[in-house]
Amino acid sequence: MSSLSILTLAPLLLFAFISTLVGIWRLKWAYITAVIGIALSLVAAGTGLFRVLSEGILRHYLGGWPPPFGIEYVLDHLSAFMAIIILFIGLIAVIYPPQAGLYQTPRKGVPMYGLLMLLFAGLVGVVVTGDLFNLFVFLEIYSLASYALITLGGDRAVVASFRYLILGTIAGGFYLLGVGFIYFSTGTLNMADAAQLLPPLYGSPTIMAAVALIVIGMGIKMALFPLHVWLPDAHSYASPVIAAVLAAIQIEVAAYVVVRMLLTVFQPQYFIEVLPVTTVIGWVAAGGIIFGSVMAIAQKDFKRMLAYSTVAQVAYIGLGIGLANPLGLIGGLLHILNHAFMKSCLFLIAGGIRYQTGLHAIPQFAGLGRKMPLMMAAFTVAALSMVGIPPTCGFFSKWYLILGSIDANNWVFVAVILASSLLTAVYFFRLIEKIYAIPSSGEAAVEQATEPSARILVPILILAIGVIVLGLINAVIVTQILKPVVALL
Amino acid sequence: METYFSLKPLAAVLVSLLATVLIVIPRQRPNVRESWTIIAAVAKFAIVLSMLPSVLQGNYPAITLFTISPGISLALKVDYLGIIFGLSASLLWVLTSFFSIGYVRGVPEHKQTRYFASFAICLSATMGIAFAANLLTLVIFYEILTIATYPLVLHKETPEAIFGGRKYLVYLLTGGVFLLFALALTYQLAGTVDFRPGGILSAQVGKNSVIMLFILFVMSFGVKSAIMPLHSWLPTAMVAPTPVSALLHAVAVVKAGVFGFARAIGFVIGPAMLHESGASGFLAGLTAATILVASLIALRQDNLKMRLAYSTVGHLSYIVLGMTLLSPSAWIGGLLHIVNHATTKITLFFCAGAIYVKTHCENVSELNGIGRQMPITMGAFALASLGLAGVPPINGFISKWYLVQGTLDVGQVVFAVTLLLSGLLNAGYLFSVVVRAFFARSDKFTKLDEASPLLVIPLVLTAIFSLLLGLFPSQFPHLYQLASQVASSVISGGRP
Repeated sequence: MSSLSILTLAPLLLFAFISTLVGIWRLKWAYITAVIGIALSLVAAGTGLFRVLSEGILRHYLGGWPPPFGIEYVLDHLSAFMAIIILFIGLIAVIYPPQAGLYQTPRKGVPMYGLLMLLFAGLVGVVVTGDLFNLFVFLEIYSLASYALITLGGDRAVVASFRYLILGTIAGGFYLLGVGFIYFSTGTLNMADAAQLLPPLYGSPTIMAAVALIVIGMGIKMALFPLHVWLPDAHSYASPVIAAVLAAIQIEVAAYVVVRMLLTVFQPQYFIEVLPVTTVIGWVAAGGIIFGSVMAIAQKDFKRMLAYSTVAQVAYIGLGIGLANPLGLIGGLLHILNHAFMKSCLFLIAGGIRYQTGLHAIPQFAGLGRKMPLMMAAFTVAALSMVGIPPTCGFFSKWYLILGSIDANNWVFVAVILASSLLTAVYFFRLIEKIYAIPSSGEAAVEQATEPSARILVPILILAIGVIVLGLINAVIVTQILKPVVALL
Repeated sequence: METYFSLKPLAAVLVSLLATVLIVIPRQRPNVRESWTIIAAVAKFAIVLSMLPSVLQGNYPAITLFTISPGISLALKVDYLGIIFGLSASLLWVLTSFFSIGYVRGVPEHKQTRYFASFAICLSATMGIAFAANLLTLVIFYEILTIATYPLVLHKETPEAIFGGRKYLVYLLTGGVFLLFALALTYQLAGTVDFRPGGILSAQVGKNSVIMLFILFVMSFGVKSAIMPLHSWLPTAMVAPTPVSALLHAVAVVKAGVFGFARAIGFVIGPAMLHESGASGFLAGLTAATILVASLIALRQDNLKMRLAYSTVGHLSYIVLGMTLLSPSAWIGGLLHIVNHATTKITLFFCAGAIYVKTHCENVSELNGIGRQMPITMGAFALASLGLAGVPPINGFISKWYLVQGTLDVGQVVFAVTLLLSGLLNAGYLFSVVVRAFFARSDKFTKLDEASPLLVIPLVLTAIFSLLLGLFPSQFPHLYQLASQVASSVISGGRP
């Protein structure tokens, strides 16, 4: 019994309101309170992880009501891992100056920081809750916050956000319907309790339908090809810092839900053998990896290229889930962390370039390497990691995924992972070549470009250095945190 | 074989990485910047050399850094094979550094800071490859080398250079993904990726798995070793400045591929398993074909650097052929040729660079009578040509001797004939340059006018090395002893 799980969540909810209220009075205070709130949560999540590592799973019964009657909050290896990723990237995103991250400083009264806090609260809530219905509530909290935040990107973003809202709501509905089926069959909403009651019902069509609904719903939320259609618009029209958060941590939370269903709510054999859920996810993801990579090559707009790259990268996570063996799932889960760093770094760089030069189309980037050496060095590191060049972290996701694919004797997946490395190399080296080697066309925007200020640069550099550090220390993360997670497989 | 803890292998890798930072900081003051390159190069060579005595006694300096993947550490170990590669690359970097300074200031090249910084990273990666104690460590440095060479290939930033860079990346990154596959498959088959003389695969591994693994290694290391048909990036990469072609495309990068074969065949798959699978014959045939075809193409090249590039393609296959024959003599010959081809070919490239800086001539047909203007340069060129053609007493003769002996040991006369024929072709495409330079008349090159000492002294030294290694192969640095130790440990598979 420990309240650390709820303490990871509470500051976010509390400070979401504080930040919104003080934001009406002074925008600066909205910023400061948001940073404080996320930092507090991060400290709680970090402490939680250490406690989990030494003591095992931490549970908190809300209001003292024991499950299955009350709502339970659980911090285990997986949820602590996810919470720390969400909060760390969240902190970086909030620190990143809004004039670059949002194209402009929000007007007084626009509850930008409050919405971001709600988004993070929803995401953290999903990963720490031990209750199926409570998970739906947090799912909707973060989704609603996302719809609102995307609209900050301008007129086209409003349309994209509306499309996302429709599909996102359908996805949420699917999930709720699935949970409803489980509730009717078992009479419980608590995950641990459901796990006890479900095995005798595994043959029931109701439960099978519930699994299908939940997985499809989460497939939409995580933009798993071919359910990704909402993502390219939403992520490329959203302002950079919002796109960074959505791509790096928001869609991954849906992948977390699938893993949670696979490992905790159901027995893994049910997803692997009884229903071909993981097989379907794996093959769909393999298609998504190739589709996303090819589409990214075809893009001229930098952020849109990154958005399609997200479709491919989130499919790596899907592939890891689909492999459903220890090494494969380690690869998928590790990729959540690695992709969070790489992709948020790249979106923040997109924001930095746009703020310094006004440019957003790849052909215009020629010659930027000389003008912004540090930011472009960070870009190069993140790009190399996306391609999977060691010792950056991206290499190690691929390493574990390939080991898992060989374990599963699935040579097609091996080929897909290798081919996608090369496709990724095509679209990132095209940019590297453009930035460093192609002489600038003499455009004023490039000629007058300078390195951005430290406020923009420092968050980017932290993420870029993180990409290398995560690669070097990946063995610690894998053995300490991820091995216990996949031990059930 | 015993190992002892030492920081030296790590220092040898890191010294030029540190230099990269020191090179970038004083970028406005070229002399300070270049002095860091020289200091790093000399320090690196000194560190590697200081490990030689203990390695010769069979006592390997080793350091295990940290776990990089569960069960696999980032680890360095300097064994007989590693020090052969490490020693030759680090020594030649010292000379190339002086040559580079003369070259980039003589031409003059742009973006010199990027040039010297990339060079330093390349040498760090090369040392990492030479001293890697397991396949994962090797792969990490191998990929770093691929990426760090890319800015040097497209250095000139002309459309041609950019195309060369693209082609380079396509070939090398494709090789890289196959290497990742090979690495993962090795780990699955053997349960470890630590190098061990004689191989790490257990007898239970099926024949088909061995063949598949071997083919993956051919598709990955074969790219850097420029085995046909995976070679075509190398001639295209000649668009890079000449010192890059000299050190990276005759010594470090391409030899990293060859070195990878030595590790894969001798220390991962193992000669016994490879022999049983029967897959090595396919690579031997491929390399023999490469040797002949590349020599024939070299004959037809008018551009001097292209001619040398195709010559490199051929000579790299000498080395790989030696390793696939799986006999001790062939291994000794192949390993000696790593060094012997390095000293002779770098001499030839240095000569090409010196000629270019002085006269801006790139084509063989323009070199009539240049021996009159640059006798020292062309003298070194002649000596190195003799070496590559396999004429005693230059070092190329010795490696070829053992290679031919190795082919006869295993009764493969056809490969012996290939090697001898290739010697003639080598003579054809290299001596024709020498003959033009000294015996053809020209009114363009009349008075003695050598390139700057920064360019000439390195090439004279590499020529002298070629001669000395030919005259005294078993004297310091005891190359023959190192090579025969590798060969016997690999072929006997650790069994006494």
